[in-house]
Amino acid sequence: MFALLAFVSACGDKKTEKSVEDSSKIAVYTEMEAELTAPPNVPAPVGNRVAKKLKVNMEILEEEGEMTDGVKYVYWTFGGSVPGSFIRTRVGDEVEFHLKNHPDNKLPHNIDLHAVTGPGGGATSSFVAPGHEAQFSFKVLNPGLYVYHCATAPVGMHIANGMYGLILVEPEGGLPKVDKEYYVMQGDFYTKGENGERGLQPFDMQKAVDEDADYVVFNGKVGSMTGDNALTAKVGETIRLFVGNGGPNLVSSFHVIGEIFDVVRVEGGSLENKNVQTTLIPAGGAAIVEFKVDVPGTFILVDHSIFRAFNKGALAMLKVEGEENKGIYSGKEKEGIYHPEGGAIQTMPQGKKVPAEVASSLKEKIAFGKTSYMQTCFACHQAEGQGIPGAFPPLAKSDYLNADVDRAIDIILNGKTGEIKVNGQTYNSVMTRQNLTDEEVANVLTYVYNSWGNSKKTVTATMVKNRRNGGH
Amino acid sequence: MISKIYNILFFLCLGLLQTQAQNNAMKLVKGGSYIPLYGVDTVLVKVPSFFMDVYPVTNQDYVQFVKDNPKWKKSKVIQLFAEENYLRHWQNDEEIGVENLPVEPVVNISWFAANAYCECQGKRLPSIDEWEYVAMANEKMADARKLKSYNEFILAWYEKPKPKNNPIGSTFKNYWGIYDLHGLVWEWTSDFNSVLVSGESRKDVDTDTNLFCGSAAIGATDLMNYAAFMRYAIRGSLKANYVMKNLGFRCVKTADTIKNK
Repeated sequence: MFALLAFVSACGDKKTEKSVEDSSKIAVYTEMEAELTAPPNVPAPVGNRVAKKLKVNMEILEEEGEMTDGVKYVYWTFGGSVPGSFIRTRVGDEVEFHLKNHPDNKLPHNIDLHAVTGPGGGATSSFVAPGHEAQFSFKVLNPGLYVYHCATAPVGMHIANGMYGLILVEPEGGLPKVDKEYYVMQGDFYTKGENGERGLQPFDMQKAVDEDADYVVFNGKVGSMTGDNALTAKVGETIRLFVGNGGPNLVSSFHVIGEIFDVVRVEGGSLENKNVQTTLIPAGGAAIVEFKVDVPGTFILVDHSIFRAFNKGALAMLKVEGEENKGIYSGKEKEGIYHPEGGAIQTMPQGKKVPAEVASSLKEKIAFGKTSYMQTCFACHQAEGQGIPGAFPPLAKSDYLNADVDRAIDIILNGKTGEIKVNGQTYNSVMTRQNLTDEEVANVLTYVYNSWGNSKKTVTATMVKNRRNGGH
Repeated sequence: MISKIYNILFFLCLGLLQTQAQNNAMKLVKGGSYIPLYGVDTVLVKVPSFFMDVYPVTNQDYVQFVKDNPKWKKSKVIQLFAEENYLRHWQNDEEIGVENLPVEPVVNISWFAANAYCECQGKRLPSIDEWEYVAMANEKMADARKLKSYNEFILAWYEKPKPKNNPIGSTFKNYWGIYDLHGLVWEWTSDFNSVLVSGESRKDVDTDTNLFCGSAAIGATDLMNYAAFMRYAIRGSLKANYVMKNLGFRCVKTADTIKNK
């Protein structure tokens, strides 16, 4: 780091040189205990406070948690959460760090904070056995958003089990004021069983080495910020997200569906980029993104390596409430038929269509239905109908599905918006209307009803046609 | 240096004769050579034959020891030799309390205490090499380190925090007839801090070629090495007066000395 600074000063950038020199000499006044928060919350901004001696008390806990419904995992944590507690400092603070390894833990741990200027980022000085406490101090010199993580052998395994978090170093006077701040951190997980396989899943070293992740999630688990746990904001508010990526392996293409980042503090540093759609966050790196929410609705946070979002869990929600602003976003205004030939032809060009093969037996219906399912439904409801917890309801053993066939047909024909309850879980998302023929709807529903422990109903094209014509 | 201080101050062992029961519960481990984690392919470490306790030392064994050697009672022990959590889980000096089983491995024991115990039995703590050598075995093979199932068993235990009360003998009996080397508690070794994992593991990989030579570090991807890494890490995090809730011990005896008797 010093070499880099020397280079900067050699370029004659006097201002940079001066401010950096200063930060190591900033005097500290009183002492205070650092406020630590679990995600998605962050401690109060530093504002105008002077540099202080900041005591950080962090406890390491190894404990079982839930990766997704029915899937348990033993997480190793800084402060009992994944990612670990958020630490908020300002330039010039002298941090006195107390790292406590709970006596119930099995393993030694340490902490490497990327905000530290010194060998190992503190790792050497903080190595601590279960039932013990290590103390070390450092002065934060460079403003920015930094990752911290455990660096005990095997390093990859400690990180893969959740031992990472963020430490923010604000400049003097603090970051510009915003209305809402949240803490979001991505991580990839490697389990012995495949994605969704139930029970307590041990860490899989081979998959980690192969970088073949079973889960890619925000804040340590699938659905950590969806449904009732979604982040919230009001129209007109400015949101700041402190986004980190613990890895251990994958780089995140962080994107918020339906928003453009007004400002990205690139890689958590001092460079500001404006009007950004997707920002890259390296493993062991971070970014600060800021945007004003202008219209109400649910905005989805994803890793835009998109299979991770819809198949591995890297999906969170920001729910914005307030007045619609049709000038900015109209919603769907009109729906009509599109004629490539122009307006003269008034009917759908059905005549040219090859007549669809009609299933002649239940077995065929199910086979055809499965094909449609894999083309149309699979992405959200998943291969075994298990859905994605917090985002897309399950079709497997679904009480909601089995209760009402007509309702199921209607949802495929017309789509579905709003809150529903499936197997005790509340879902609030959007399914668009599906462009399928009566025959296809009948087959796909028959397939679903005859799979995964459902009620084995058979749905006919006539039933679908009746619903399409008004439900008689 | 530490052991010197120890010898001067504490090689006064009143319970020297109370050793018969333990002796009966030892098994011969036939010597051989093995490649430790930190070695290179050409460096085989020779391990001479030795006898090892079949089980870790239990609460009830240790109660007897403190009765015979009151200076190792938790109210009496000198902090230089055992930090304040020494025998913390026991109810008092001579009673383990209802929370603990008499036949559980005794834990919250410092290296000094473990060492004294073994010496009082006419035994000693195993070296890292002896411990690692005997712990390579599964039920059937003397060296099972290449088996996936063997490594998975070990790793599964390392990953699980908050151990419950587990009596000795509750894990498998290995090739040598010895129980509980994996899956119950960590165990002290005589030279636990001779291989220094500094805490900055990545630095170790880069610079200390004796510890993790280049090829071992780069190739250290298989489970076998990961399990061993974790044992070296825990040993490296300890000091001789430290105690841990998951750390117990057992004793060994060099084979020749027993033959001679």
